[in-house]
Amino acid sequence: MPEPTPEPTPAPRAENPFAYSPAPQSASVAALAPSYGLFIDGEFRPAADGRVFKTVAPASEEALSEVAEAGQEDVAAAVAAARAAFPAWSALPGAERAKYLFRIARLIQERSRELAVLESLDNGKPIRESRDVDLPLVAAHFFYYAGWADKLEHAGFGPRPRPLGVAGQVIPWNFPLLMLAWKVAPALACGNTVVLKPAETTPLTALRFAEICVQAGLPRGVVNILTGDGAAGAALVAHPGVDKVAFTGSTAVGREIARTVAGSRKRLTLELGGKAANIVFEDAPVDQAVEGIVDGIFFNQGHVCCAGSRLLVQESVAEEVVAALKERMRTLRVGDPLDKNTDIGAVNSAAQLARISELAAAGEAEGAERWSPPCELPETGWWFAPTLFTHVSQAHRIAREEIFGPVLSVLTFRTPEEAVAKANNTPYGLSAGIWTEKGSRILWMADRLRAGVVWANTFNKFDPTSPFGGYQESGYGREGGRHGLEAYLNA
Amino acid sequence: MPDTATFPGPGASNAAWRAFLHGLPGVDAVGLQERAARLGTRSIKESAKGFAIDTAISMIDLTTLEGADTPGRVRALCAKAAGPEPTDRSVPRAAAVCVYPDLVGTAVEALRGTGVAVASVATAFPSGRAPLEAKLVDTRAAVAAGAAEIDMVIDRGAFLAGDYLAVFEEIAAIREACGDAHLKVILETGELVTYDNIRRACWLAMLAGADFVKTSTGKVAVNATPANTLLLLLAVRDFLAATGRQVGVKAAGGIRTSKDAVKYLVLVNETVGPAWLTPRWFRLGASSLLNDLLMQRHKLRTGSYSGPDYVTVD
Amino acid sequence: MPETKPETQPGTKPETKPGTARNGKAPGKAARAAKPARAAAGEAAAPAPAAVPGPLAVLKTYKLYLGGAFPRSESGRTYAVTDHTGRWLANAPLASRKDARDAVVAARRAFPRWSGATAYLRGQILYRIAEMLQSRGEQFAAEVAAAEGVTTEEAARLVAATIDRWVWYAGWTDKITQIGGGANPVAGPYFNLSTPEPTGVVAVLAPRDSALLGLVSVLAPVLATGNTAVLVTSHPRPLPALTLAEVLATSDLPAGVVNILSGDPAELGPPLAAHQDVNALDLTGAAPDEARDLEVAAAHTLKRLHRPDPDEDWQAAPGLARLRSFLETKTVWHPKGI
Repeated sequence: MPEPTPEPTPAPRAENPFAYSPAPQSASVAALAPSYGLFIDGEFRPAADGRVFKTVAPASEEALSEVAEAGQEDVAAAVAAARAAFPAWSALPGAERAKYLFRIARLIQERSRELAVLESLDNGKPIRESRDVDLPLVAAHFFYYAGWADKLEHAGFGPRPRPLGVAGQVIPWNFPLLMLAWKVAPALACGNTVVLKPAETTPLTALRFAEICVQAGLPRGVVNILTGDGAAGAALVAHPGVDKVAFTGSTAVGREIARTVAGSRKRLTLELGGKAANIVFEDAPVDQAVEGIVDGIFFNQGHVCCAGSRLLVQESVAEEVVAALKERMRTLRVGDPLDKNTDIGAVNSAAQLARISELAAAGEAEGAERWSPPCELPETGWWFAPTLFTHVSQAHRIAREEIFGPVLSVLTFRTPEEAVAKANNTPYGLSAGIWTEKGSRILWMADRLRAGVVWANTFNKFDPTSPFGGYQESGYGREGGRHGLEAYLNA
Repeated sequence: MPDTATFPGPGASNAAWRAFLHGLPGVDAVGLQERAARLGTRSIKESAKGFAIDTAISMIDLTTLEGADTPGRVRALCAKAAGPEPTDRSVPRAAAVCVYPDLVGTAVEALRGTGVAVASVATAFPSGRAPLEAKLVDTRAAVAAGAAEIDMVIDRGAFLAGDYLAVFEEIAAIREACGDAHLKVILETGELVTYDNIRRACWLAMLAGADFVKTSTGKVAVNATPANTLLLLLAVRDFLAATGRQVGVKAAGGIRTSKDAVKYLVLVNETVGPAWLTPRWFRLGASSLLNDLLMQRHKLRTGSYSGPDYVTVD
Repeated sequence: MPETKPETQPGTKPETKPGTARNGKAPGKAARAAKPARAAAGEAAAPAPAAVPGPLAVLKTYKLYLGGAFPRSESGRTYAVTDHTGRWLANAPLASRKDARDAVVAARRAFPRWSGATAYLRGQILYRIAEMLQSRGEQFAAEVAAAEGVTTEEAARLVAATIDRWVWYAGWTDKITQIGGGANPVAGPYFNLSTPEPTGVVAVLAPRDSALLGLVSVLAPVLATGNTAVLVTSHPRPLPALTLAEVLATSDLPAGVVNILSGDPAELGPPLAAHQDVNALDLTGAAPDEARDLEVAAAHTLKRLHRPDPDEDWQAAPGLARLRSFLETKTVWHPKGI
């Protein structure tokens, strides 16, 4: 069958009369304060030793605020506060806990634009995503788990499931408030109290969330927020007063945390890295597959643990798909995260930019072919153009290591068996994508892919009711849905 | 240059057509709609908005297709199309006025020298349920009366019955009857229901010689939508790549606000690009849309909102 | 898995005789031949007076169970197993790190077929194991009595409980998916289904004390959920486990699904905990002071851990915790559209 082969359209795109004017979302709704304290026992306070650090806008490299840096003493104080709050909070009827969580969900909805702007400022992600993806999911997550608080005995974890105690939670910078929601909502619903440490580079929305807890009238000590660096996170994880550790972040740190809690009675769930295969068959709905590939790797600048960073495309359509993908990549708009038309924002930190740059350079050095659409990157801030590597083999570093940036490696396969073998050929196992119009093949593939989430004819979809989490070195435990309760119950 | 002989043509069996059309890439409905919706969140401001509004005005096929249409009504519409804003000559004229065949003569006379084209629906619009001979007569009459553009409807019944050859041959016959007039082929996407059907019908029309593919008659429950228009845009993009021939797209029915019109232009801009961003290659079939565009244009220029009493009602 | 048809007549293949499965190698040590025979299963293996007349019984050689075969330890080592009073019962193989490695290879090789088998077939095979356990009830009771120092009646009760436990887990194979998975009502036009799947190769350190009921309570859930197992027996009480291997070998359980190593958990635990092709580790039989190091080693590949409840009561209803420990949840999304 002669398929129409999409070639680059002959029309020149350079002289586009329909160039979009800047459409900036005002930053003022974020209402930044010059400095923020730690949130311990219902109050904001400076670090015990008075240390502070600056949080920086990745798009401008300008300091946004000064934030208290938690030390050992602060960790101890926060754990003590959570410990003290635990008996009353866990004894509260589930229906009462539910009402607090419903309040939080509503307050987040009310303040969602403010939170979205703050998130985009601090993280660098496009406002379109923080506004249309992150914040709606954050509110939905609290709303969902609120409803569980008085139904735990029906969740399948025994007739009288009990909370674990104090949950120490450490979250990453890629979805700061969403990861907070994934951690805090089920923990509170199950009757635990929480000490949460947001990522060093993205502390602001967690602190704004602390204000929301105050507005919701949440009893003091039930939620405590400690800003700081990895040392604060390590201290929290190691603290003997913590009963449950939940971490989302890199596999390297996850491994370290697993070692730290070894031999203790602390329960542990880990949401770690990935190197997902996005598998495109020759009978795929090509246009939607191209969208799915773009969404899979360029969503959130590729700072996504479940990013479809390996495109496995059937050799018979590889040229066509790559050509269409390149055409599509030309229309991606990279720039100011607060511009409502931005598709790809800033890389979160200089360190992450260095890591992406290093791996991309390795890809070139190993012989893969590098391509990016022409795009003008801003002069200040940390940026990385959307990048495609073709002629990649399984042995290349860019096919094996998590890049956590807008870099896609394209590999080919001939048969479904080969696709499965290549997709599974990684120590990770977080997610996978399948694109084909043939239903039985989707199910056959889905059975065989070692991945906690399989998106068929779609990608990067999330929902509070849908369990998320990985196989193998992508971590253990699930977040979301009924399954997400298990991590916070003595089941 | 791709070889057009690789596609089925006149005389190809229904089986051959079926094999070809069903071999086109499938469309995932949710993904298509999601892409269209996401493009709908583009924020078009300031000079871009000004460009979009003026471009949208210039792309309008100002349409009246009522049983109660009269020469007076058509003449009023023509005046509006030629000079949408009597007090402001900087407002572009509409692309065409679209009427029933019997009113083509009136429109031609009213629009002489204005640069606004006369388009006529034909082929037993909107149902298309008439013998081919009648459709040909319908078409020839409109062309003879001076219509520069013919908006035909495809035989959805034949398409849904799998008689692709009949659909193809009818379009080809009408194409021939059009002579120099441009042929817009209305797929009536709302009756084809599935996106796979829409893509197939679109390819059938393009291969049969359509100059434009058009979403809808405006007479059924579902008319132009961002998703079905996006799908047509993807199809004309692919067709150009495969055959070297550019085909235009017309979104018709249900587009009433400037905001909607701008969204359609964003779809064009980000899928097929500027090559389609002219009235030659993209049209909006509408009637009430024009006044909303004029009001928005006023707001953009003066900073204050206009009202319906300040634009002409025709 | 090529064969997915439920086996309606399990156990029709000829029973593999323990001790004959290892290619006609030389029989046990000469020293053992001098030991008196164990007359009947019910009578434990106490050395009988030399003066007893009658034909000399054939003494059983206990072997490892590895990839469906019954080899000796590749190291050639054995250790003496005694009853609770210190009387010699038998020599058990003292498995080595290399045996552990071979067991992992066998378990990995068996995984696709076992995990890919229908739940119905897995259920039937596990039920068949219960039948085989029943038919060897007296032998197990004798071994349990000798190992645990309980009365014959108590041992019989433990065997009965063991069989019930096995039947209970056999019934879970085609139910855990429904209990542990289900449709998720996502807020969008998507089909969304979560399904539990086996984790993979599970290394199990069997409980030290409960030589049969505890053993089965840790092994059966691993198998019921579709995993394959490398099981390290109780070091002092390995004989019921080694006899269980003979049951497994005659129950249509594909080779390699269970691999049983007798030996020292302190020696076998670390290489299994560190092995990159082991997906999960059940620490039940680990000595408390060793568990931490095993967890540290397991952290390297982020193995799933089952930490024992120190007060685990093997006679109590087990609940679902052990089934859940070795399951992954896979969630599949697909758009709904026309």
